[in-house]
Amino acid sequence: MSVKYETVMGLEVHVQLDTNSKMFTRVGTGFGKPPNTLTDPVVLGLPGALPVMNRDAIEKSIKVGLLLGCKIADVCKWDRKNYFYPDMPKNYQISQFDQPICEGGEVEIELPGETPAVMGEHRTVMLTRIHLEEDVGKLTHYERDSLVDYNRAGSPLLEIVSEPDLFTPDEVFAYLTSLRNSLVSAGISPCDMEKGQLRCDANVSIRPVGTTTLGTKVELKNLNTISGVKQGVEYEIRRQTKALENGEEIFQETRRWNPDEKRTTSMRSKEMAHDYRYFPDPDLMPVKIDPEWIERVEKELPEKPFDKQRRYMADMNVPYTATSALCGDRPLCEFFEQTAKLTKDPVKVANWVVNDLLRELSQAKRESEEEDGVSVEDCPVSPESLAELINLIEEGVVSNNVAKELFPEMFSAGKSARELVKEKGLEMKSDGDEIESLCAKAIEDDPDAAEKFKGGKEGAINALKGSVMKATRGQANPKIVDEILRRLLSN
Amino acid sequence: MDSSSLISKTATELSGELEVGTCKAEEIAQAYLEQIDRVDGKVHAFLHRDDEDFLAQARASDERRAKGETLGALDGIPVCLKDVISVEGQPLTAASKILKDYVSPYDATVTRKLKEAGAVIGGRLNLDEFAMGSSTENSAYGPTRNPWNLECVPGGSSGGSSAAVAAREAPLTLGSDTGGSIRQPASLCGVVGMKPTYGMVSRYGLAAFASSLDQIGPFSQTVEDAALLLETISGHDPLDSTSYPSEVPSYSQILKENSQPCALGLPKEFFGEGMDDEVRAAVEKAIEFYKSKGYEIVDLSLPTTDLSVPVYYVIATAEASSNLARYDGIRYTTRSEHAENAVDVYAKSRGEGFGEEVKRRCILGAYGLSSGYYDAYYLRAQKTRTLIRQDFDRAFEKVDAILTPTSPTPAFKFGEKSEDPISMYLSDVYTISTNLAGLPGLSVPCGFTQSGLPIGLQLIGKAFGEGKLLSVAHDYDREHQFGRQAPNLED
Amino acid sequence: MSEKPSMDIDYVSNLTRIELTPEEKEKFQGQLGDVLKYFEKLQELDVEGVEPTAHAFPRFNVWDEDESKEGFPSEKALMNAPKSRNEQIVVPKVVE
Repeated sequence: MSVKYETVMGLEVHVQLDTNSKMFTRVGTGFGKPPNTLTDPVVLGLPGALPVMNRDAIEKSIKVGLLLGCKIADVCKWDRKNYFYPDMPKNYQISQFDQPICEGGEVEIELPGETPAVMGEHRTVMLTRIHLEEDVGKLTHYERDSLVDYNRAGSPLLEIVSEPDLFTPDEVFAYLTSLRNSLVSAGISPCDMEKGQLRCDANVSIRPVGTTTLGTKVELKNLNTISGVKQGVEYEIRRQTKALENGEEIFQETRRWNPDEKRTTSMRSKEMAHDYRYFPDPDLMPVKIDPEWIERVEKELPEKPFDKQRRYMADMNVPYTATSALCGDRPLCEFFEQTAKLTKDPVKVANWVVNDLLRELSQAKRESEEEDGVSVEDCPVSPESLAELINLIEEGVVSNNVAKELFPEMFSAGKSARELVKEKGLEMKSDGDEIESLCAKAIEDDPDAAEKFKGGKEGAINALKGSVMKATRGQANPKIVDEILRRLLSN
Repeated sequence: MDSSSLISKTATELSGELEVGTCKAEEIAQAYLEQIDRVDGKVHAFLHRDDEDFLAQARASDERRAKGETLGALDGIPVCLKDVISVEGQPLTAASKILKDYVSPYDATVTRKLKEAGAVIGGRLNLDEFAMGSSTENSAYGPTRNPWNLECVPGGSSGGSSAAVAAREAPLTLGSDTGGSIRQPASLCGVVGMKPTYGMVSRYGLAAFASSLDQIGPFSQTVEDAALLLETISGHDPLDSTSYPSEVPSYSQILKENSQPCALGLPKEFFGEGMDDEVRAAVEKAIEFYKSKGYEIVDLSLPTTDLSVPVYYVIATAEASSNLARYDGIRYTTRSEHAENAVDVYAKSRGEGFGEEVKRRCILGAYGLSSGYYDAYYLRAQKTRTLIRQDFDRAFEKVDAILTPTSPTPAFKFGEKSEDPISMYLSDVYTISTNLAGLPGLSVPCGFTQSGLPIGLQLIGKAFGEGKLLSVAHDYDREHQFGRQAPNLED
Repeated sequence: MSEKPSMDIDYVSNLTRIELTPEEKEKFQGQLGDVLKYFEKLQELDVEGVEPTAHAFPRFNVWDEDESKEGFPSEKALMNAPKSRNEQIVVPKVVE
């Protein structure tokens, strides 16, 4: 019982590339279409159908490779992976076997900090390779039979294979989060796991601490959400550890994560190991990637999310918590940066974007009929409009509180801050006489507070300020109120 | 014009008749239907006919002509297709039980090109199941018989296509050639048959046997007709990634010009043992003819010739085992009624649906790709294929075309080779290397045996040198016209 | 040369999902053994350092731009299906 075990994990992540047409034919791609309406002879594998590559899918794969620091192949080719399954129309999958499009590479991850407000440790996870292939169709299982929909079949699918370089469930979570942020921000794929745009298999093995050879590898499937991946590997680590502690053997097998029962069950053992009979697809010509092409793609690469985060923190003094909410979301970052350019204080802008804008967006998403809801790109409040609001506060035209109340209205009515302020007569009251009489009344109404302040209790002035603000429904300029109250109380 | 004189004409002659108005496309179609009714009970070249559709196409051609909207030289000329070429709305069986009920939802590129040229597309022609064989004995729907001797095979796999032209059931047909499947049956049936350079004719819509070797090509009575049909179906097709982007010259025009005698190579390996004496005599006579016309005859060597048969069978069966995986009883093929689960559907549908030779080749092919055997079989065959190509490259530095017999023997009797795969495989020994090198080759009739069986002369040309090859063949054919002799099919 | 090679017919027929009758198995065992024996010719030639031929006339980058086109309506996709329900193809239960 004294033996301690450590876990070694590797991830195989499948990402559907966001293209208009499929990998090897030009029929459209998409999610949620009526079954079997995105097919043609090639998708269905009819007699005589032939594949033709999608140039954009190859370019997107190069982009991913560059983003993750891989070596891009000079030449890559297509191989057939032969196996029978009803979701695969030809009973072979066009994939890349010994000449993948990318080799090596790494993913920078951030481990959890001590608290959510504290940045965690960063490290890189090594990649083995990335290859491009075609997706399979979708099988739905029923009591007595299964139904097949080939809409998804043939969509371009990128397989990103990590080295066995992940050691805890937290690292697995961090890896997937970072990878997804990079891919989404580069426009590679929306990576929505619910739509199957990002799928993940995990290879989990454990070994006694101090040994260097890998333990028996168990492949986990059906990890359909990022937290599902984490829970699945957590369960599997416990299961394997317990088995070893009980003196049982770990079998090399494929296990399925059952999210409802929160456990993994065996799907098939490696005794039925696949003999995929890979060979070069004679229907397709190889791909040559010249340095000029790579250079062109490199120029279009977006800033990596972690680089962006570091820049926001170092150059703009934006606090870590705000940057971590921003940096996984490229459109949100663009919104932030555009707004920040039009104002003086990027920190304030960051807070508005992370708190108020995100809140309204998620509210709108909940209420929206449309599947994808309202994205930041078609948000009714433009960066200009938010900048205007923030500048109105700076100029002392409205108070921060009024601004906070205005924002949801700007969002729902699509009106500018200035318009709404005018419409509602919300300009801050800076009329000295009116405020002075209200201040006098406040002192009169709360002599206690007045006495305490005079007696040196600085905080007591807040109660007086509060009642003035209340009387003006927040429209009094707090700076002027403060000045007048102090003047009156010093008398 | 009476129907027996119509069906004896070449396509070029029929085109001339239509042009001057001495007959109508409908009369031509009707004449062929009558001939099919008369002789196909004996020959069995056809697997399927749609007479109504055939006549309707012919009438549409006549209407176009009446309006002066004729689409070209093939407008109104019947063309029948080997039953591996897709025609929208028509069955496509590949002579297999597994595709018994399949109807193609799309046109092959050659079909589209024929329709655009106004050709009248006729019935579907018999073959060895999935084009695997050299005798049509492997058809699930019964063999085709050689019109010159009904006890003999017509050759294969495109035996229906060659027999239909020989029996005057069609002026033009299309076949496919993977290792000799056009040239060998053309030779055995006494007609012209041509395999174009790999990449000259689109394979889109051709049910694949071995993708890196398959080519569609024409059958006709004369070389002139073959040129006419070839120029109609050739050309780059964006739907076939292996289609070559080259300009298609007018071959008919080339044949009208005076040809220049050139250098013909005789590879000694093709004139060794195993050749029938009458075949040898006929081919030698043809060589004498070319000499008399001023052609230079050059002895040469293609040392890898004896490896071409094993190389071919390793590569072709490997590709076939993967290409035929799609016939599985799931999406469109005949599903076994004895299957209880998905794995059963595959094994039983394929076990029951495929004929013996197809099963044998799928198993052989899968073996050559399987774990532990790939390097010794498939990879080695691909490397040897390189050496075979290089042999031809060297030969074509010295000569403009290579002359050989098409088949070592004239037509053989039914059952003679069907239980001995190797002897059947060896009947392709003269044609196979052309496919491995991707070169164009054709068979032109060069006489008859004493017992009245046709003999064929094979000419092999440079890659994409169809014009020169046709012109060399035409020089012979114009003065001999063996293909214009028709067998006597009366009782 | 060596004796007649033998193929594990059960393994390969399972790999390529073709059920064979016992008679076929026996017949193929003999015939394919002969064929494999014949294939031994291939081992005679030295192919060290020779590039394999995958295509007779290889080219690079034969592709299309990513513009989507109309595909089949579902009726056409399913017109040859042995069995369908809810616009999908029915298959017997997939057992792992």
